[in-house]
Amino acid sequence: MEMRSAEFKERAVFAIHDASLQQALGKARGGFVGKRAQQAAELPEFEQLREEAKNLKNEILTNLDHYLERYEAAVTAAGGQVHWARDAAEAREIILGICKHVEAKSVTKGKSMVSEEIGLNEALIENGMEVVETDLGEYIIQLAHEPPSHIIAPAVHKTKDQVSDLFLAAHGGPRKTEVADLVNEARQVLRDKYFRADVGITGGNYLVAETGSSVIVTNEGNGDLTQTLARVHIVTAGIERVVPTLDDVSLFLRLLARSATGQETETYTTYSTGPRRTGDLDGPQEYHVVLVDNGRSRMLAGRFRDMLRCIRCGACMNHCPVYGSIGGHAYGWVYPGPMGSVLTPLIKGMDNTYDLPNACTLNGRCASVCPVKIPLPDLLRELRHLQHRQELSPPMQRRALSLWRFVATRPKLYHAGEWVATRLLKLLSSNGRIRNLMLASGWTDARDLPAPPGRTFLEQWQDQRGKP
Amino acid sequence: MTTARDAILRSVRIGLKRGALDDNQRAVLDARVPRHTRPAFDEDLVERFIRKFESRAGTVVRVSSRDEVPAAVEAYRAGLKLPARAAIGAALKDLAWPSAWSVSHGPATVDETMAVTAAVAGVAETGSLMLCGGPDSPTTHNFVPDDHVVVLDAGQIVRHFEDAWTVLRARPQGLPRATNFVSGPSRTADVEQTIQLGAHGPRRVHIVLIGG
Amino acid sequence: MAETHTKGPRVGLFVTCLMNVFRPNVGFAAVKLLEQAGCAVEIPPDQTCCGQPGYNNGDYDAARALARKVITTFERYDYIVGPSGSCMATIRHDYPALFENDPDWLGRAQALADKSFELLSFLHDELGATDAAAGVSHTATVTYHDSCSGLRGLGIKGQPRALLAGVAGLKLNEMEDSEVCCGFGGTFCVKYPEISEKMVDDKVRNILASGADTLLGGDLGCLMNIAGRLSRINAPVKVYHTAEVLAGMADGPGIAAATKESN
Repeated sequence: MEMRSAEFKERAVFAIHDASLQQALGKARGGFVGKRAQQAAELPEFEQLREEAKNLKNEILTNLDHYLERYEAAVTAAGGQVHWARDAAEAREIILGICKHVEAKSVTKGKSMVSEEIGLNEALIENGMEVVETDLGEYIIQLAHEPPSHIIAPAVHKTKDQVSDLFLAAHGGPRKTEVADLVNEARQVLRDKYFRADVGITGGNYLVAETGSSVIVTNEGNGDLTQTLARVHIVTAGIERVVPTLDDVSLFLRLLARSATGQETETYTTYSTGPRRTGDLDGPQEYHVVLVDNGRSRMLAGRFRDMLRCIRCGACMNHCPVYGSIGGHAYGWVYPGPMGSVLTPLIKGMDNTYDLPNACTLNGRCASVCPVKIPLPDLLRELRHLQHRQELSPPMQRRALSLWRFVATRPKLYHAGEWVATRLLKLLSSNGRIRNLMLASGWTDARDLPAPPGRTFLEQWQDQRGKP
Repeated sequence: MTTARDAILRSVRIGLKRGALDDNQRAVLDARVPRHTRPAFDEDLVERFIRKFESRAGTVVRVSSRDEVPAAVEAYRAGLKLPARAAIGAALKDLAWPSAWSVSHGPATVDETMAVTAAVAGVAETGSLMLCGGPDSPTTHNFVPDDHVVVLDAGQIVRHFEDAWTVLRARPQGLPRATNFVSGPSRTADVEQTIQLGAHGPRRVHIVLIGG
Repeated sequence: MAETHTKGPRVGLFVTCLMNVFRPNVGFAAVKLLEQAGCAVEIPPDQTCCGQPGYNNGDYDAARALARKVITTFERYDYIVGPSGSCMATIRHDYPALFENDPDWLGRAQALADKSFELLSFLHDELGATDAAAGVSHTATVTYHDSCSGLRGLGIKGQPRALLAGVAGLKLNEMEDSEVCCGFGGTFCVKYPEISEKMVDDKVRNILASGADTLLGGDLGCLMNIAGRLSRINAPVKVYHTAEVLAGMADGPGIAAATKESN
């Protein structure tokens, strides 16, 4: 999909004034946070598991080439095919090639963030295929012609009323207003699509090197219908999704559902290993896996390797007060919130993504809930450091930092500045407060600035106690 | 010409600042045994399995022997006034299903209303069923019909997910094409975080639990 | 009151920029609390800023330049203590990170980090001065904002509450989401004013819903942000740094409060 991260500020302001969006975000926030906290509290081993999951991911990444090769061999042994894609264009081409080869007219899709990342739907549609998103949230936003605003709950920004309108327009009347009726309507419409699909495309939460299995985790069962009923199953996944053994998956599963939706487990966890076998009565005739790099291997080299631990649970955005204020669309690409603010500049480049690492208070709540302990605030700060070094930050800011450094490393000068500021601000104040300060309108547009009492602490201390 | 595969693996190794691993290093990695923490609990396995499964809107009925399964399924069917038909995997072919039923052993079609599946294991940790696809247990049975009845023996209930893999590895047919862990009926919360059962998969999942 | 000067630990008080200019009272309250707890407090006059604005804006060189000054100025004391979780987390966590590739400075940065403390947690955890507020009375229903750096960086949560429990007449009403960021975030609040305003409004709503008449916290940045917003919407909630209350020095106007009765 097209990246619009350069418009972050405008879109954020727009989001803050979007009443429906604010209503939807308000409802989501409390639910996710409370349920996750409860699940974490009910599992005494939770913190231990986070530490172990972090370590295991690090171990996997350290040996990523080995596990990828083992995985590929196991998929091949199970009768499947592995394809490697260096970037988004190559991934699209591979998938288009498979679809064309099997003369696909209809494609169903389970939720896959990688497929969003590589802009797959547009490519399939341009080539004359019908593409149907089957995850209810994805289906809703497909009808709305919008990208997802959350990696777990793609339609979290939509209110029930808006869904009612979308369904009325797409399916005809009468207009449904109850959640149960809306879900039922989607169920009936999509059932038919699963059975008619030529190709089913899903993501892969884990790729098991031991067995060549791809694992999907869902609550709705849409991913399973997608991958079971289509003639051809294509899995798209990032290269970092490989896990050594079946047992290792359990460690991540215990963290994923609790962190993502605040459940002990999701309803369905499915391990798919190759295509339909002799004697099998159902399942796809072909099984393909497209391993997508798209900037990931580059991230292994430095500080940003930590980001490759991400298991895409969405806990960081659920707990992010900035995300909670503006929703996912303001971030302008596939991955929103803290994890997206790290990933987007790394995948799409530092140009046009300036705001993402900066629109963060570094409050650390994301890192405190991340199931694989990614130090998200540190990585965001590291991106700011890269922006500073590459002179991508505003010239005004760099000049201000230089000036600040010059002054602050000279105590006499710094204190003279404070001396002036103290008196100047006091002069500009009225009744203890400053309501409008030209150079700090970012502050005073919404808040008063307390007036300094007139003399700095250090001045007063010198008077009271003299030289220390 | 460099293939994408080689390019990606090379890029990974550049990122890791090393060349390809040698055979010894690979052997060490292949011999690695996962040793992560598993959640501890004292609760009786069968009791916990039932409690957890029911907490996810699944239902359970207990019978004392395998012979009682058909009657239990018939009672469930009649209670919901479902049509007298079922998709039943060949694994349960030998049971004395009601003669009035229309029974299919094939894959579930879109008009199938109820399926009956033999589970391979139950995981007490989360109340999850392990279902293995194959010629005697089509995967479509687990997802297409509105009602899914699963036959599980209390002796098949294990403690953790890892134990379920041990069960699977011991089977002569090995890992199936599709291994499904199922924890209750299909659900969604995609409209305003309101939990709604029966999103795409079964609206109800009912276990007939033998013994225990 | 100060008879233990010579025996107690030598504490260098870190004078935060905001405190120095906007709220000197917090500094005097900090000195009082530390001296009551038996510390010999010294305030090096040539100190400036901890360097966090540079660090968080990606100018690591500037941050290092400032860090070297702080290390040089404060390494001679037994402790460096400041009334801010944010500045002290910078010294404790970020200084060693800034010098990780500089063996000459890493040891000194780590040594200073190890003896750096935020005021309230220092009183409670290091000095065991759990009765720091003995004899102090402050009649108010307060609610507490847990500032992010202190909370997540330094584990400050129970200590201020435990100390406040010793203040006569003070009742604590916890607010909803006390651990959620107020939207200050240093330069964030001026770079993204609309988002910051939305966040501080959420915070203010929770403060008002708590029924408290006073907001307390341990970081002037957050407190000025929240107090400034409360003042702008004319909400009748007073705001103080916790040290001011503990030291019995919260009798003047709160942060961003009117200095005259009517406005």
